[in-house]
Amino acid sequence: MTFFLQLAISGFALGMVYALIAIGFVIILKCSKAFNIAQGHFVMIGGYLGFTFLVTFHLPIWVSLLAAIGSAIVLGLIIERFTLRPLIGQPVLAVIMMTIALSVVIEGLATLIWGGEYKAYHGVLPAITLEIGEISIPPEMLIGIMVSVVAVVILMLFFRYTKSGLAMRATAEDEQVVQSAGIRVTTVYALSWAIACVVGVIGGIILGGVSGVMIGMSNVGLKAFAVVLLGGINSIGGAIVAGIMIGILENVAAGYLDPLLPAGGGLANVFPFIVIIVVLVFRPHGLFGLAEIERI
Amino acid sequence: MALPSGTFNQSYDQDMAIFRTKTQWLILLAFLAFLFSSPLYFSDRILTILTIIGITVISVHGLNILTGYCNQISIGHAGFMAVGAYTSGMLTAHLGWSFWAALPCAALAAGLVGILFGLPSLKVKGFYLIMATIAAQFIIIWFILQFRNITGGGDGLAVPRPEIGDFVFRSKASYFYLVMAIACLATFVAKNIVRTRAGRAFIAIRDNELAAEVMGVNLFAYKLLAFFIGCVFAGVAGALLVHYVAFATVDQFPFMNSVWYLGMLIVGGMGSTAGVIFGVVSLKLLDELVVIVGPMLAVAVAPQAAASLGLIMRGLVIIIFLIFEPRGLAHRWQMVKAYYRLWPFSH
Repeated sequence: MTFFLQLAISGFALGMVYALIAIGFVIILKCSKAFNIAQGHFVMIGGYLGFTFLVTFHLPIWVSLLAAIGSAIVLGLIIERFTLRPLIGQPVLAVIMMTIALSVVIEGLATLIWGGEYKAYHGVLPAITLEIGEISIPPEMLIGIMVSVVAVVILMLFFRYTKSGLAMRATAEDEQVVQSAGIRVTTVYALSWAIACVVGVIGGIILGGVSGVMIGMSNVGLKAFAVVLLGGINSIGGAIVAGIMIGILENVAAGYLDPLLPAGGGLANVFPFIVIIVVLVFRPHGLFGLAEIERI
Repeated sequence: MALPSGTFNQSYDQDMAIFRTKTQWLILLAFLAFLFSSPLYFSDRILTILTIIGITVISVHGLNILTGYCNQISIGHAGFMAVGAYTSGMLTAHLGWSFWAALPCAALAAGLVGILFGLPSLKVKGFYLIMATIAAQFIIIWFILQFRNITGGGDGLAVPRPEIGDFVFRSKASYFYLVMAIACLATFVAKNIVRTRAGRAFIAIRDNELAAEVMGVNLFAYKLLAFFIGCVFAGVAGALLVHYVAFATVDQFPFMNSVWYLGMLIVGGMGSTAGVIFGVVSLKLLDELVVIVGPMLAVAVAPQAAASLGLIMRGLVIIIFLIFEPRGLAHRWQMVKAYYRLWPFSH
């Protein structure tokens, strides 16, 4: 039972991060109908930014977080202006290929700047361990859960009460009506990329604290896709629920089934893809998404 | 298709001909003669590059039929190649089958796995289908790693070279001939598949799925057929690849390759058989450039520059083509030909 709870709690922490990354994906998708394959690479960049600010510059965690968020906003705006804006009105494949190409370039740049080695920043975070009975929650996970909860709450308030947040939701609903109401759609697109980049980077810093930073970290983006599909492709609430579900399921499945499999398992890495296939076959619009109705 | 001045189509056969004029036939024959005599004047290194280009052309032809003609985007093509590769590898290495019997089995196996992962295409499209094919890539590789007592898992699998009677395709030149013969055949088949009833159905599905269905195109059957055909090409290419290296590992079929094959289609031009060849050749040459320039940069700038240069170049090429030349090199080639035909009068 302790083993199960331990797995479930670390899965929950992981799931919150997945949810955060998936929200970034959903925001871009809702606003500009662009599928951002590079979301996982924002996470990787976030991990490296965290390493740079925390370890190289020795900044305290909150300052590092703010600095990383600032860099993420700049990165998101640059990406939107120079690569995605020329593609407005192009077919789905062009936009997806663009984000894939972006992910490749980001990976190349990260390799160039940070050398592509494994980097860890254990011990830099404040050491607060929470113990409930026999289960202990390590500080990285505790901070991870706290930061992701705060980020998710801020995002939800942003979408409910601020003018820009409302403009983004309106754009997601109908671009033409929004334009006639005097909202600049291109500004909304830029904002959505900036926000997606920020949540990706925050996720990256948390994950980097838990398990270190490396180039292959961008694979977490692929897991976030499973979250997005399970939660429903245009639902932020769905992304949170599905993120936690997949985080816990993945950890528990890997913890119990990996010892039984030949070749040492590695189930945690394919599990999200099995979820993707199952969801696509049985419930393509996910748990909370709207079923698309096609009219002639 | 535009014809040279003074040439008119007067019969159905002439209208349908791929090579319409004597000049076109002459250029084709000259090209084939050059291609098949190239082992005489190229070094082994260049032959290796050409062989890999040939194998990639076969694979990307499949992707072009699936994505370029039928608009079913697949980012799992390297995974389907792996299915063909391991089928053929296991049949020849464990059961001692001949390469010639294993190759059709590899193609069939890849095609059937393609149909399996194409099943969601009935219900979903666009992004959802992309996710299904990405999942296919990772699930296939995971399965290969799990069943390591028959596939070799992470250690890889030694695979024999193909042979006819006593002759073994061991030298670079002999394997070059084998690959090029199959690549030419694949190009011929790919070009003609899209001119058949099935090909026209694919194009109808690409242009407007709803309209195609109303016209009586069986969406489910034709989408699965597109997956089957596309993956058969991938299976053949995968089998040829592992028999060339004489060794099969999952590292030969990374996710990045699947992405890169789509990049080749973008650069060459979607939905064009000639575009496949343009795309594969130009991007493979770019890779070779990176191989030459990379070590110099590694010395001059930083040790990791070689690895990152490849990634940055690949990404930038795709970005630049998407923004400035979305219809690819094939379209540019058509414009050059039109200009040449009409020169010096523009009508």
